[in-house]
Amino acid sequence: MTTLEEVPVAAPQRAVAGRPARKRLRRREWLWGFAFIAPNGLGLLAFYIWPVFQTLYYSFTEWGAFGGHTWIGAENYVKLVSDPEVSGALKNTLLYAALVLLGVPISLVLAALINTPGLRGAAVYRVLYFLPVVTMPAAVGMVWRWLYNGDIGLINHVLSLVGIEGHHWVADPRFALYATAVVGIWMTVGYNMVIFAAGLKGIPKDLYEAAELDGAGPVRQFFSITLPMLSPTAFFVTVLTSIGALQVFDVIYLMLGSNSAALRNPAIDENQTIVFLFFERAFVDNDKGYAAAIAFVLLLVILLLTIVQFRAQKRWVHYA
Amino acid sequence: MSNRWWKVLAAATVVVSAAACGGGGSGSDGGPVTLTYAIWDKDQQPAMEKIAQEYTKAHPNVTVKVQLTANKEYWTKLQTAVTGGSAPDVFWMNGPRIGLYAAQGVLQPLDEQISAAGADTAAYPKSLVDLYTFEGKKYGLPKDYDTIGLWYNKTLFDAAGVKHPDATWTWDDLKAAAAKLTDPAKGQYGIAAPADSQANYYNTIFQAGGTVISDDGKKSGFGDPATIEGLKFWVDLIKAGSSPTVQQMSDTEPTQLFSSGKVAMYYGGSWEANGFAKNADLTGKVDVAPLPKGKKQAVVIHGLANVAYAKSKNPEEAADFAVFASGKQAQRIQAEAGAVISAYQGTQDTWVKAHPQFNLQAFIDQVPNSVPLPRSKNTSAWTKHAEDLLLKAWTGEKDVADAAKELAKAVDEELGKEK
Repeated sequence: MTTLEEVPVAAPQRAVAGRPARKRLRRREWLWGFAFIAPNGLGLLAFYIWPVFQTLYYSFTEWGAFGGHTWIGAENYVKLVSDPEVSGALKNTLLYAALVLLGVPISLVLAALINTPGLRGAAVYRVLYFLPVVTMPAAVGMVWRWLYNGDIGLINHVLSLVGIEGHHWVADPRFALYATAVVGIWMTVGYNMVIFAAGLKGIPKDLYEAAELDGAGPVRQFFSITLPMLSPTAFFVTVLTSIGALQVFDVIYLMLGSNSAALRNPAIDENQTIVFLFFERAFVDNDKGYAAAIAFVLLLVILLLTIVQFRAQKRWVHYA
Repeated sequence: MSNRWWKVLAAATVVVSAAACGGGGSGSDGGPVTLTYAIWDKDQQPAMEKIAQEYTKAHPNVTVKVQLTANKEYWTKLQTAVTGGSAPDVFWMNGPRIGLYAAQGVLQPLDEQISAAGADTAAYPKSLVDLYTFEGKKYGLPKDYDTIGLWYNKTLFDAAGVKHPDATWTWDDLKAAAAKLTDPAKGQYGIAAPADSQANYYNTIFQAGGTVISDDGKKSGFGDPATIEGLKFWVDLIKAGSSPTVQQMSDTEPTQLFSSGKVAMYYGGSWEANGFAKNADLTGKVDVAPLPKGKKQAVVIHGLANVAYAKSKNPEEAADFAVFASGKQAQRIQAEAGAVISAYQGTQDTWVKAHPQFNLQAFIDQVPNSVPLPRSKNTSAWTKHAEDLLLKAWTGEKDVADAAKELAKAVDEELGKEK
């Protein structure tokens, strides 16, 4: 059998002119390469890439009540541009993402604290902070909805003990999005903390020793060593958190959605996010063509923001 | 070596897909058949399961699985399932949706099965049979009917020294009682005034002499001063502080507020009887009266039907079960369970007697004054606007009359699209 060592690496002209056996070898290598990425690649193609094009196509169609669609050109997009619900939802989505990004520095601080040498019970803290990540969003939404309940909620009860009158946090349009963002942060902080903790572990100890010899204190060490060394991790966490937050649906549906079939939450219209609006249009109103157009707008927004983040990283991310 | 792996993989694929096919079951030839029966009320689930078992007794090869979906997700899930071609074989249908489902060919006409089963359509209220008849074909037989009643908490009434409601009550009596029963210190309210159409504002609209949709289904009546009167009834109760606010009722459902004694009166359907009877906190505390009258006496009446999915894998069994589930025997089971008023003639008394602690006769006595639940061919297209706009009137963000007039325009527009 032939082995990989026999493959010519630095002699392209020989490969081009080469003997048929070598050519065959090349092709086989390619085939194997594709075979190895096939399980992932096919899944990606079938469940992500193909649907993107399908959605793009559907965004130019109008749907019947039970399927079947007709081409209507750019009509959905024309309607979308002047739809106050779409612009409102877009604004809410961006605000929500900005709020949830506030959780990134929090998770960094938590990671640094948990990484403190000699901390007792570090594993327990890690589990406690990570627990919300692995808890079902349905359960999280239900429990937090109770906590936020204006009349019988624990939060307002505690506030009343110190003489503050609470609000109907998730039914009041002024607070609903902020209240939901708190839950969004609570649900992502654990995951980000674990990533940061891994990043911290990867910083070589001798850097700190050298800094100490040079007389740098812990604060100086944090800003001159930890932060720059951690910037690739921070970039990764920021990109993923913002994409996740821009696509938020579950906590919005569970906490701001209707409690019963007949009654709408009075806060939902002014606080809905773009994916929630997509869901309502696609599955409640069954206006799937318009919903596809909304989904496509979200895709563009995420794409744009991610490109901006990748451009901006050159200014602050240091790859050691 | 790779060759052998491909063979194994191919063999495994065949086995798996064969197993998948086997699960689907292809019936009609007397082989085992499994039907799915979708419902949305968990209080009725035991009765529906009993009906399913009775059917299996008569047709041993057919098993019926009752599938419960919460009301708020039921129609979303069903419509998506129909779009994907995999809806339940038999399911509950309501008046507002039948037009859309029948017109789009989602349902099987049941006329053949009805005559084969020898079912007597005259044994059902005619208005309900008509509700599920579309272009001359019957797409469902009525399963039940419901009216709305004034549920009240006797304990709270007695504590406040207010006379219990009865058939003579008017709007003014209700408003006065609601004010007396309100005690902000205890967080107690006289009544719950949610922006619910069927249980709340449709009733008062009709009592005030207003309309929701014109008889020919072409025009909205929301702009009519009498209709606005019927809407204001509820908003005024909130403004007077006799009802919790919309925000409070969004945090805690009105049914829950009533069950926990925070609200003394509650407009609720006959379908609530089972839930209230089972609630240990309410034992001996709750009763029901006819709705107070406005300019006249009126109540919304509505009824469900059992329908069969046109693309069911077992269309004959599905249609047969749909007819059975609305038949005499099934309706008796349903009435005995006290779940809901059965539509079949002569089974109403059985339901009334199922919960002797409540004055359930109040629901039946109101039937002569009843008005059908408003609907058109594509009802949900315009009720969506009602939910949005009236909620703004209920929160006080918009004036009731302004919201109603805006709504009338939006509804007219949607009705115009129905051809």
